[in-house]
Amino acid sequence: MSSSARSSFMRGLKDSIPIALGYLSVSFGFGIMAVNNGLSVFAAVLISMTNLTSAGQVAGLTVIASNGGMFEMAIAQLVINLRYSLMSLSLSQKLDSRFTRLSRMAVSFGITDEIFAVASGKSEEVSKHYMAGLISLPWVGWSLGTLLGAAAGELLPEKLKAALGIAIYGMFIAIFVPAARKAVGVLIVVIIAVAASCCLRYIPLFSGISEGFAIIICTVIAAAAGALFFPVAQDKPDEQQEGGGEQ
Amino acid sequence: MTLRLLAYILVMAGVTYLVRMLPLLVFRRKIRSRFVQSFLYYVPYAVLGAMTIPAVFYATGNMTSAIAGFTVAFILAYFGRSLTVVALAASAAAFAAEVAAGWF
Repeated sequence: MSSSARSSFMRGLKDSIPIALGYLSVSFGFGIMAVNNGLSVFAAVLISMTNLTSAGQVAGLTVIASNGGMFEMAIAQLVINLRYSLMSLSLSQKLDSRFTRLSRMAVSFGITDEIFAVASGKSEEVSKHYMAGLISLPWVGWSLGTLLGAAAGELLPEKLKAALGIAIYGMFIAIFVPAARKAVGVLIVVIIAVAASCCLRYIPLFSGISEGFAIIICTVIAAAAGALFFPVAQDKPDEQQEGGGEQ
Repeated sequence: MTLRLLAYILVMAGVTYLVRMLPLLVFRRKIRSRFVQSFLYYVPYAVLGAMTIPAVFYATGNMTSAIAGFTVAFILAYFGRSLTVVALAASAAAFAAEVAAGWF
């Protein structure tokens, strides 16, 4: 590695430290949840190492735990993670000219809300070494946190394990409650999603709908209503990202 | 690990990767539709809301401790505490409720 490549890599690493620390704690909650749902430590870590996304992984766990279909799993991942396409599109304008097809394919694996936010916040174009640094530490944090959470889930006494099962929901609440407080559009979207989710769960007519599809239906209805009645300002990816941090 | 679980993980990882990779590799155009932009902006909040409620009330296997955890999480989140603080406080409240329930 040349010295400029090394320094780019190191700058990426440095910028990613807060992300990695955040991921460590969120994925701890995911690890606990995974073993509470009957997965092995190995399976939980494998999911985190290959997916690197919180909402998609939790939805995936739901589908696995309810023995849902593969098509259901695919559609759930597609809908929940579709926003990454938008970030990829936006980021494609920001990569420097030395990106090859292969390096584009490698870097795309690591696009998350937070990593995208940091990369797109840079004033200059970003290099592949910078992106490699920016992605690797959060990936380690995400995988390690899952390992620790899953291992803790297997060792801890029942009562404590049960209490920690609520941790990942606490993080979700910490994301959507402040955002809903700030923007009325987000508030309405969350209320619609929650109402739809409760309807699908408690109204007997809908009992045939599996949990994975229920998440998809709620998401599409609520996000479409938000886009229709509270459209966000156009071409402001930075502004969009402010609230987008769900990991 | 069963073959079915491995298949689930492959589908998860495969779809998630393609969603991230294809636009970066293939398309170079920006999305102009305001509706699509707004829709994608709202997706995370819709997903998190739908996945959290009512599931959070069953997360501890005991409705009382789950309500305690949820209430504490909601209040701290409302006042802008960090993810980790909210998550730990929710777990602590749920644990305290479980222990307290054992005394009565």
